[in-house]
Amino acid sequence: MNWPRLAAATLLAAPFAHAQSTAALDSELQKLKAAVAASQSAGDNAWMLTSAALVLMMTGPGLALFYCGLVRKKNVLGTMMQSFIMMAVMTLLWAAIGYSLVFAPGTPFLGGLDFVMLNNVGTAPNTDYAPTIPHLTFMVYQMMFAVISPALITGAFAERMKFSSLLVYSIIWAFLVYFPVAHMVWGKGGYLNAFMGGAVPVLDFAGGTVVHITTGISALICALVIGPRRGYPHDPMKPHSLVLSFIGACLLWVGWFGFNAGSALAASSLASVAFVTTHLGAAAGAIAWLIAEQWHNGRPSALGAISGAVAGLATVTQGAGFVAPFSGAIFGLAGGFVCFYMVVVVKQKWGYDDTLDAFGVHGVGGIIGATLTGVLATSAYNDAVKLADGRMAQIGAQCIGVAVGVAFAVVGSWIALKLTAAITGGLRMETREEVQGMDLVIHGEEGYNLDA
Amino acid sequence: MPESVMKKIEAIIQPFKLEHVKEALKAIHVDGMTATEVRGHGRQKGHLEVYRGREYQVDLIPKVKLEMIVSSARAEEVIQAIIKAARTGKIGDGKIFVYDVGDAIRIRNDERGDAAL
Repeated sequence: MNWPRLAAATLLAAPFAHAQSTAALDSELQKLKAAVAASQSAGDNAWMLTSAALVLMMTGPGLALFYCGLVRKKNVLGTMMQSFIMMAVMTLLWAAIGYSLVFAPGTPFLGGLDFVMLNNVGTAPNTDYAPTIPHLTFMVYQMMFAVISPALITGAFAERMKFSSLLVYSIIWAFLVYFPVAHMVWGKGGYLNAFMGGAVPVLDFAGGTVVHITTGISALICALVIGPRRGYPHDPMKPHSLVLSFIGACLLWVGWFGFNAGSALAASSLASVAFVTTHLGAAAGAIAWLIAEQWHNGRPSALGAISGAVAGLATVTQGAGFVAPFSGAIFGLAGGFVCFYMVVVVKQKWGYDDTLDAFGVHGVGGIIGATLTGVLATSAYNDAVKLADGRMAQIGAQCIGVAVGVAFAVVGSWIALKLTAAITGGLRMETREEVQGMDLVIHGEEGYNLDA
Repeated sequence: MPESVMKKIEAIIQPFKLEHVKEALKAIHVDGMTATEVRGHGRQKGHLEVYRGREYQVDLIPKVKLEMIVSSARAEEVIQAIIKAARTGKIGDGKIFVYDVGDAIRIRNDERGDAAL
């Protein structure tokens, strides 16, 4: 039906329609309002369901391919499974209790139990968070963040963690780190969510602190506690297929539009701001890493280009909807250069085996992005940015957010690893198994049966 | 032991020279050969690969190993054909080794020696 034309006709006809009562006009107006709201809801819902699907695509195949190409071929399936299994485990955990502990009304540090087993989560919107889309859409969109987060950590202990340990660790980690931090930053009344009744006004648009700092720091703790791969760093451990990693990184880049622009929670102009900011961040990250690499090694590598893009994306996530679009390039440049330095120089010097650089890219990029958001946030594109107590106070708030994220990740991950080791009888595969590879030992398969 | 009537010629060449060598051998009617993808190095140095700052010195580089058995009378002709086709004049062109062969048997019909080639 052509609503604008109908509205115009109604308004023009109104003065002449003496027979038509005011009540009838009112009723007509209400119908029109409802129709406008329904149209907006339909548009927003379409974008948010698309965004949810895009974020799921980041985990599988995006991250699964990105990571699996960087390991040796005996571990290709095992590494892909570490990402893929989160699409199953975290999905159920989120629907059962995770969503409730993050977004149901509760304490400043953890949500309540109102939404357990998706109780009270239906087609009517949750007006606290996203008033124009079904509550179920909001729930499933946020679910995809809980899916990819533990998958990001797996890069730190790739090629050596037992499958049982991975499952137990990820579930405990979700309770000790992800659910509390996500609630504190995004939940109504969350400690770091001053915009909705909390204490500290931490600006985190799409999860720089909630996702990238928590996972990146947890990754470092995992790398330190679990220890390096057998033979690291002496034995050759070349990436077995940068082609797969390349495809994965490009899928991550595209999926990130759902992650960041989707965090506007509507098909709004703010989504466009976040989309452009994100894209510039990825581009600048790739360029920055390549420049650093050219200067450091004398060659711009393909792995460097994709690593830089992902670093730029991780860095721009926190600020995507709070800054001027071109600021995205500043996030990307900062993330690209600093993450390069952490991965290529610092990691080699300190000797920890953060195998696929989950800490070096996501942890470091997340912290830079969180801080830069305080520096560059502007109310020009987003009313939520108040800067009520001035720029320095906002930067201070961002730093508090970083500190809380880091503290939860360090303590939570350490406890989760100790508990896991006790439950599964050791975190890592035996030496003989590690030499043979995850694919055969854990899954009883091989990724490449080229003579089959 | 009498002098062998057959020679095995084993040529390790640059992979991109395989087609040239095959054509040269076909032109002088060498009918059979076995090709294997191998990795190795002689005096040619390998190369350096860098992945996120980790450096790998790759010493064993891809080569193709061609093996064929010919009658001793033809060995020199075959060797010259291979050299001509595989040579670039740069380090890494490869090597040719020549061995005596005791006997050859065609499995299909018990033919032996020269007749089996």
